[in-house]
Amino acid sequence: MAELTHRKLERSAIGFVIAIIAAASVGGIVEIAPLFTIDETVEKAPDMRLYTPLELAGRNIYVREGCYACHSQMIRTLRDEVERYGPYSLAVESQYDRPMLWGSKRTGPDLARIGGKYSDLWHVTHLNNPRAVVPESNMPTYSFLGRTPLRTDDLPKHLAAQRALGVPYTDAMIENAARDAYGQATPDTDYAAGVTERYGQATQVSAFDGVTTHVTEMDALVAYLQVLGRLTDAAYRDTAATELPPDPKN
Amino acid sequence: MAEVERDPFTGRETTGHEWNGIKELDTPIPRGVLMFLIVTHIWAIAWWFFVPAWPLGTTYTKGLLGVDQHTTVEARVVEGQRQRAAWTSRLETEPYEAILADQTLMRTVRDTGRQLFGDNCAACHGRDGKGRANYPDLTDDDWIWGGTPEMIEQTMRVGVNSPHPDSRVGQMPAFGRDEMLDRDQVRNVAAYVYSLSHPDYASAQTSARIDAGREVFATTCAACHGENARGSAELGAPNLTDAYWIYGGDLDTIIATVHGGRQGHMPTWDERLSKAEIRTLALYVYDFRNGAR
Repeated sequence: MAELTHRKLERSAIGFVIAIIAAASVGGIVEIAPLFTIDETVEKAPDMRLYTPLELAGRNIYVREGCYACHSQMIRTLRDEVERYGPYSLAVESQYDRPMLWGSKRTGPDLARIGGKYSDLWHVTHLNNPRAVVPESNMPTYSFLGRTPLRTDDLPKHLAAQRALGVPYTDAMIENAARDAYGQATPDTDYAAGVTERYGQATQVSAFDGVTTHVTEMDALVAYLQVLGRLTDAAYRDTAATELPPDPKN
Repeated sequence: MAEVERDPFTGRETTGHEWNGIKELDTPIPRGVLMFLIVTHIWAIAWWFFVPAWPLGTTYTKGLLGVDQHTTVEARVVEGQRQRAAWTSRLETEPYEAILADQTLMRTVRDTGRQLFGDNCAACHGRDGKGRANYPDLTDDDWIWGGTPEMIEQTMRVGVNSPHPDSRVGQMPAFGRDEMLDRDQVRNVAAYVYSLSHPDYASAQTSARIDAGREVFATTCAACHGENARGSAELGAPNLTDAYWIYGGDLDTIIATVHGGRQGHMPTWDERLSKAEIRTLALYVYDFRNGAR
């Protein structure tokens, strides 16, 4: 009987194509589809911050320059990775990452928790010439970023596009996107105050590339690198490891 | 169905396909392979009950074994910590003198310290700890914030000009840019500071400038760097009389430093490293001077 069915199926081109598609999609249906309804898939992180316009611009540069081809942003649930890089990545940490940049290739180190690990100056020096600080590095130089003014006039549109995808940017954030991008790279100005007002006190306002007269792509990329892994403390809260970092406020 | 044709030698049915007189037999799957497939299918069904498998709307079947990647890795990390506890607990509790005196423990500190230093510190201070422009040398006797293991631990824990609430704060003001000193005063004081480490610099042409600079130094710089310009570890003010310079000790760089100020940045490692790791690194760095490497 089974043999008869198979003979029949093989002789019906359309039927066979449909059968192949059905068989090939089993993996996706079984492994991916249920994650959309299961509550545990994405953890809860009420303290989750949004990318500021400058950080979002830096993220776009990160995508444009293909940094993800050599750097992952995903600490896996393996002991050696947790001991080297810090708490394993949680889904909630990239809930506003559109597209996600987890990556799967590590020519360079993982960057999921690079934020705050080195100084702004180090990042600028390193991007200008990686060999200046890491002699054995084979990373290309990105010194042109510091000479390229950041395009900010289209940032409201970038924020609006992110909002259309579900990132909760407010109208005020979208309206002030260009000003906030400038303000985050120019401390002690009225623009800077607006950034912390809209995006929270934890936002890092800094003259990232050391120059406050204008905002460059270097400012944006360093701002983005310095916020990686610091949008929420969820990964530090949820892990049961005894290596839990003490709260610096205590 | 077409009539069934049997192969005369094996007695198997043929598929009816023929290539140059060779006919394809319709041989069933070998019994061994079939058994293997049946066993693996049964195992797969049993596995559904052991591990997380079936989605149930907003939740899923958790499985009898209670397997969860998060708890698995956390258990492994804790297991690793337990294995290291023999020496990490000593590093956390014993005073530095006792650890330094114990050569067996110091061997562990050097081995582990090398790994930790490479992962965390070498990016700025270099793998050999000798630093580079803008990043201090850790192998010499010249310390901005104090060179005892206790002081090194504190600097690592809170950082310098870091977001840590107890961060060490070292700010060299921008005397020129912020117009606290005029152009001549900046050049004079730079000449005076340069002459401290370069006694040969004083000559008939420069002595007027140096003398004027000495007065500026006494009123403006001595508060932090001290009247003798030997600096202060409490304030993080570097010694200006020796040959070591973080940002460069040539006259032009000194002028630039006085004009534009300097704010070094050392990240806080409180969040990132455990107490034992920080103390291991403090000893590893302290140990540089013993010429161990």
